[in-house]
Amino acid sequence: MHFRFERLDHCARLLARGRHDASAGGSGAQSPGPRVHSLTSPLSSSSPARALSGLPKGKMTENGMASRGKVLTIDTMNPTVKKVEYAVRGPIVQRAVQLEKELREGAKKPFAEVIKANIGDAHAMGQQPITFFRQVLALCSYPELLNDSTFPEDAKSRARRILQSCGGSSIGAYSASQGIDCVRQDVARYIEQRDGGIPCDPDNIYLTTGASDGIVTMLKLLVCGEGKSRTGVMISIPQYPLYSAALAELGAVQINYYLNEEKCWSLDISELQRALDEARRHCNPRALCIINPGNPTGQVQSRQCIEDVIRFAAKERLLLMADEVYQDNVYADGCKFHSFKKVLFEMGPEFSNNVELASFHSTSKCYMGECGFRGGYMEIINMDAEVKAQLTKLVSVRLCPPVPGQALMDLVVNCPQPGEPSYNNFMKERTATLGVLAEKAKLTEQILNTVPGISCNPVQGAMYSFPRITIPEKAIREAKEKGQAPDMLYCMKLLEETGICLVPGSGFGQKEGTYHFRMTILPATDKLKILLSKVKEFHQKFTQQYS
Amino acid sequence: TLVLRNGRTGKMTENGMASRGKVLTIDTMNPTVKKVEYAVRGPIVQRAVQLEKELREGAKKPFAEVIKANIGDAHAMGQQPITFFRQVLALCSYPELLNDSTFPEDAKSRARRILQSCGGSSIGAYSASQGIDCVRQDVARYIEQRDGGIPCDPDNIYLTTGASDGIVTMLKLLVCGEGKSRTGVMISIPQYPLYSAALAELGAVQINYYLNEEKCWSLDISELQRALDEARRHCNPRALCIINPGNPTGQVQSRQCIEDVIRFAAKERLLLMADEVYQDNVYADGCKFHSFKKVLFEMGPEFSNNVELASFHSTSKCYMGECGFRGGYMEIINMDAEVKAQLTKLVSVRLCPPVPGQALMDLVVNCPQPGEPSYNNFMKERTATLGVLAEKAKLTEQILNTVPGISCNPVQGAMYSFPRITIPEKAIREAKEKGQAPDMLYCMKLLEETGICLVPGSGFGQKEGTYHFRMTILPATDKLKILLSKVKEFHQKFTQQYS
Repeated sequence: MHFRFERLDHCARLLARGRHDASAGGSGAQSPGPRVHSLTSPLSSSSPARALSGLPKGKMTENGMASRGKVLTIDTMNPTVKKVEYAVRGPIVQRAVQLEKELREGAKKPFAEVIKANIGDAHAMGQQPITFFRQVLALCSYPELLNDSTFPEDAKSRARRILQSCGGSSIGAYSASQGIDCVRQDVARYIEQRDGGIPCDPDNIYLTTGASDGIVTMLKLLVCGEGKSRTGVMISIPQYPLYSAALAELGAVQINYYLNEEKCWSLDISELQRALDEARRHCNPRALCIINPGNPTGQVQSRQCIEDVIRFAAKERLLLMADEVYQDNVYADGCKFHSFKKVLFEMGPEFSNNVELASFHSTSKCYMGECGFRGGYMEIINMDAEVKAQLTKLVSVRLCPPVPGQALMDLVVNCPQPGEPSYNNFMKERTATLGVLAEKAKLTEQILNTVPGISCNPVQGAMYSFPRITIPEKAIREAKEKGQAPDMLYCMKLLEETGICLVPGSGFGQKEGTYHFRMTILPATDKLKILLSKVKEFHQKFTQQYS
Repeated sequence: TLVLRNGRTGKMTENGMASRGKVLTIDTMNPTVKKVEYAVRGPIVQRAVQLEKELREGAKKPFAEVIKANIGDAHAMGQQPITFFRQVLALCSYPELLNDSTFPEDAKSRARRILQSCGGSSIGAYSASQGIDCVRQDVARYIEQRDGGIPCDPDNIYLTTGASDGIVTMLKLLVCGEGKSRTGVMISIPQYPLYSAALAELGAVQINYYLNEEKCWSLDISELQRALDEARRHCNPRALCIINPGNPTGQVQSRQCIEDVIRFAAKERLLLMADEVYQDNVYADGCKFHSFKKVLFEMGPEFSNNVELASFHSTSKCYMGECGFRGGYMEIINMDAEVKAQLTKLVSVRLCPPVPGQALMDLVVNCPQPGEPSYNNFMKERTATLGVLAEKAKLTEQILNTVPGISCNPVQGAMYSFPRITIPEKAIREAKEKGQAPDMLYCMKLLEETGICLVPGSGFGQKEGTYHFRMTILPATDKLKILLSKVKEFHQKFTQQYS
């Protein structure tokens, strides 16, 4: 179950033992001075990490006093934080940033620029923001512009409405912790329209700091128990590593269910059942996370599949978490986005009155791509009233989500309507952006599938391809000798040789013995073509080199 | 427990299957979350929001409006944003405006600089998780100037989602161990309840040290020592949090006091966390803000090479009051390199702080300079805002001290008064019968009778048997005068009623 963490777990156990020895050696209040020595020095010898790193050791300060090392060291920090991994911004990306710096400083490389196809960051890849959104944000930031006749009236009326619901008519005021009232009302109305009239209560909407914030908050509420009663959470493999990172930090048990690569990354209920049954032996599974459209795998779930998942959750008493941030990113013919909320309610009151569901959306994806604003919302369904009160209290500690992000979320759910002055231009921009994405999804799949040793499922939705790559035995052996995942070796070499930054499949999880990478489809079409041909060339060279 | 709590017992669904209740209930949720308390947005504020709604719906109340003096939310209380900041933010949001000749050149050049360092020249792109490079450089330069040239490495700057984010992240790094080796963190009492809330959620041990109300809420090293020695019996104290200027208590620490605190932290091996978000809010004669960083470095390499320090700043307070943008930064000093790598990894999971907040942070640390077109107006606005705050700090202290049974220390800095109130025995008994803190009863009654929303001292912690409230000094001067006279009137009536 924890295949990715095995080595770390072992390491953590060693560390824990070291720590135990240390605290036994210097017991607290009686001898504060010497205790400090024993806290760090035995550890430096007993901990493998410390012994290897050769970093801060005891040294003498000017007055000859022995420096007792840092208060906060790798051995004495929060052990759950150490277990957190987040490949999307991991070592590959750090190396990419370094390479960019080297290029700027004039270093000679086999490439002229680093292309970051590691993260779903549309604007960074040249996608233009929606004009209407940015006009309203400018108006909200500097309300003097409300007197500027070059701004369209619908942008002004949106800005006025948002400002009126801010304290002191300023987006610089804190909002209610759950989010600005009128924004939550607009979100609720939007969900109702999206879901064909199924009612949505603004009181069930929580605005968030990006979807990540909502997901972590929900997971946090769920975690309790120790040992066999510790909360377990089911996540897909491959997964978006926010989930594994949050579960590691919270000390919850990660329960992996595998998506079926042979069937276009679809979800099999029998696999859910297998994963759940196995997990029940050692933890208390309480929630099931679904990403639809899929990240990193790009599949779009059928209505039937969603219904089956809901039945499964109801039968097995699991709270459902539906990550639906790519809901407008559906490209493939015959595919359609179905929200979990809608399907749940169409299944009748036996389900819609009982199954607990949290669904997440954000301003960062779809046609907006406004990642930097950290806007988002979650809707909670059938949440226990007392738990909801606790949730409201919990979010109040962090005061409020960023107000510009809330304003942007409002514009997404309350976009220009037919008859309004900005409608045509808005639709033009939106349609163009989604059209180009669809084209690039197709292009990516097609070109990758021309490469022997790369096989890519259709990118039905979202913003990524997650092709399977064949890595020669010799390369696998080399990676293992280096203590690296084979696809990390592959991606690192790709980066060094071509300047293309992808994320290895091992960062998302994959079936043992299979290898993948995640590549965004976001670079501009021309650039994407070059990128894909470089990947093709690299793959052939790599395969040759290691055969 | 399930059986005892009604409403969640088993019931039958339509098909006759026994419904087994919710997956997630108050009994099966994260127990550390349940322990979290945050009075600044607690029951009093919820009641205030409800009262506002009732007023809007035409309900008759003994007051025409609810005045929220519970939270340091300057703009909500009518403080105007700094024009220059908002011009640059508008330019960043909608770069078309760079062609608009009505915007001053310095605003445009700031916006261009920020946009150039954003992916795709858009504030809609993710930034580096640690924050935009050029903003971190500007922050470092600002700190160097503030601290008289003591060097600051941009690599030690992490931009954050408000200061709260940085504080919680640092606390998170620190927490480990179980039982007697569990991490303990020293916080002042009274404190800003973010600290107690974060510690509760992280399951760390809260170690209280009491500020000395008799000496204008100053910090005594002997009290730190007492608190630490007691705590060592049951946990592993590893960090000491200081809020300077103080929240909710408004004191400004002397240089000597900061030096003593640093010596204490060095001697006792505590990581220092300096919450300095009110660094420009210093009003009292003879008071001056000294950053922990500066004092640390002036104490020489024995300290500056060793004492681990994290300091926090934000866009929400000072003269900016831009709370909604959730901008902030932290500077870390002497952090172990491996821990720093872990910190960078940890913040990467949440991708990046909101970019508009980062842009705003940049403007705060890179504000208009003499000779630039916006300089005069910027200085005029900044000076006016801080001047009015100083006036209101004085006013609040003076008026409150005219009320028998209320005694208020000088509001040397920050944005709050935290006066001590005498609550009659009879009221204390009544509160106890209701299971309420006596100052909660007091504040709740004040709210119901006058529409004024304050936070009871019990939400911040206070010496046993003493009672306080926190009141912001932010309402406009006229309104503040009315508010203070209403508080005065209420206090007299309350005292009479319960005597």
